[in-house]
Amino acid sequence: MIRLVKDDLRPPGDPPKRHLLSVAGLTRDDVERLLGTARTFETSLERHVKKLPTLKGHLIVNLFYESSTRTSSSFELAAKRLSADTLNVKSTGSSVDKGESLKDTALTLGAYDPDVIVIRHPQIGAPQFVARVTEAHVVNAGDGKHQHPTQALLDLYTLRKEVGELDGLHVAIVGDVLHSRVARSLLQAFALVGIRATLVGPPALLPRELPAETSTDIGAILDADVVYVLRMQNERMEAGANFVPSLREYTARWGITPERLRPGQKVMHPGPMNRGVEIDPRIADSPDSLITTQVRSGLVVRMAVLYDVLTGGPVGVQALAAAEVA
Amino acid sequence: MSTHAPVQGKSLLDADGLARTLSRIAHEIVEGNPSLDAVALVGIQTRGVPLARRLARLIEERAGVEPALGAVDITFYRDDVTVRGGEAPLSAQPVVRATQLDFPLDGRTVVLVDDVLYTGRTIRAAIDALFDYGRPARVQLAVLVDRGHRELPIRPDYVGKNLPTARGERIQVQLVEVDELDAVLLVGSPEEESR
Repeated sequence: MIRLVKDDLRPPGDPPKRHLLSVAGLTRDDVERLLGTARTFETSLERHVKKLPTLKGHLIVNLFYESSTRTSSSFELAAKRLSADTLNVKSTGSSVDKGESLKDTALTLGAYDPDVIVIRHPQIGAPQFVARVTEAHVVNAGDGKHQHPTQALLDLYTLRKEVGELDGLHVAIVGDVLHSRVARSLLQAFALVGIRATLVGPPALLPRELPAETSTDIGAILDADVVYVLRMQNERMEAGANFVPSLREYTARWGITPERLRPGQKVMHPGPMNRGVEIDPRIADSPDSLITTQVRSGLVVRMAVLYDVLTGGPVGVQALAAAEVA
Repeated sequence: MSTHAPVQGKSLLDADGLARTLSRIAHEIVEGNPSLDAVALVGIQTRGVPLARRLARLIEERAGVEPALGAVDITFYRDDVTVRGGEAPLSAQPVVRATQLDFPLDGRTVVLVDDVLYTGRTIRAAIDALFDYGRPARVQLAVLVDRGHRELPIRPDYVGKNLPTARGERIQVQLVEVDELDAVLLVGSPEEESR
């Protein structure tokens, strides 16, 4: 495991390259531009030829120190749909297994002159660190329990597509908020676009410092337009710590079942699901579940992110309104 | 008309001149294409789109057949998407607009429509975009103004006006649909016309 020295944790002062490290670095205009670009990419996926030549000749490295299906595969496909070359490095089966530090791995991959490095790492700040030691544009695909910006963007995209106007929407985020980078990124993204959030879950898993209403009563989800279910993250719970008495107890009190939802209330989940724990299979498979749309949104939003970090995006941010493409 | 123009420049075509020019292009398209129902007019975003719409209307008035109408955005097909190794792109990327081709391209004669033909790079990108949607039988090019300075072996089939220019100059086409008036101006700007 790499140990970061203090200097390396310093955020890069005015990075010369465009990175996507955190939702905190985005403005409302950035979000609108990214969602607009994603919308245009979505229309290109309706064609017979789904590939665009946009990033031909560019190299995109996917460096994953944690397991992932959705995020890594959608980044890979996003790069391929834009005609970029991809290099996928996973910690298992690579030199990381032999004890290579993040710095050396980053420098090694940096020697291939990649245009973008997409990184997922269990330690907070790893993407910032890679941005400092390499020349590449860096996209954070999840660092510890800190940030997962592309997940937040694809969730906004999904909400706009399936529910409509974001401003004034009310979303209940249910479950293990404490260990969730998704929740942290989402709350920042919600604040940018005017979505109200309520955090619901066991008291030990609801951090108090987050800017949202909290409730330990599952009944609080009834007020929300959309219920966002988080995964129970056993891998981030320290051994011996009892955040919840048991998974069965958690399910009994906070599991999302048809009985606890209003008819037609929409449900989201970032995946992977623990069916029967935080979410009832009847909900996961119901027409009110937006989970498949989230996965599909992930592809086009990640295409937009790769395009945007490399191009700087259009200035003036007259991002394409959804109506213009319809 | 050019007195109303927000941009200072020498007027090359006023509203009447522009209307006459489009009418002539429409006539030439009808002449050049005996089977008009196989023709599709595809405007290149932004100003090629209203031009294509006007041409379609003129063709219908003249021949009684309204050709299919589409729009293509070339942003993702540009050859200058990124400046490799640079800190920031040299010029801002243009706003991404919609590509709409709601008809099968296969077997059709596609007439690409744009306002100004300059280096030819936009046309190259538009042709690439078209072929990702299908296989047209023939692709033709109609432009309101050809200002020269080609960098690629591309030539227009229908030209409204040939206007030899210096590289430092800029041709600005203004259309009611976008700019609230019809005019073609020559602007002596050092900034290059977007390609």
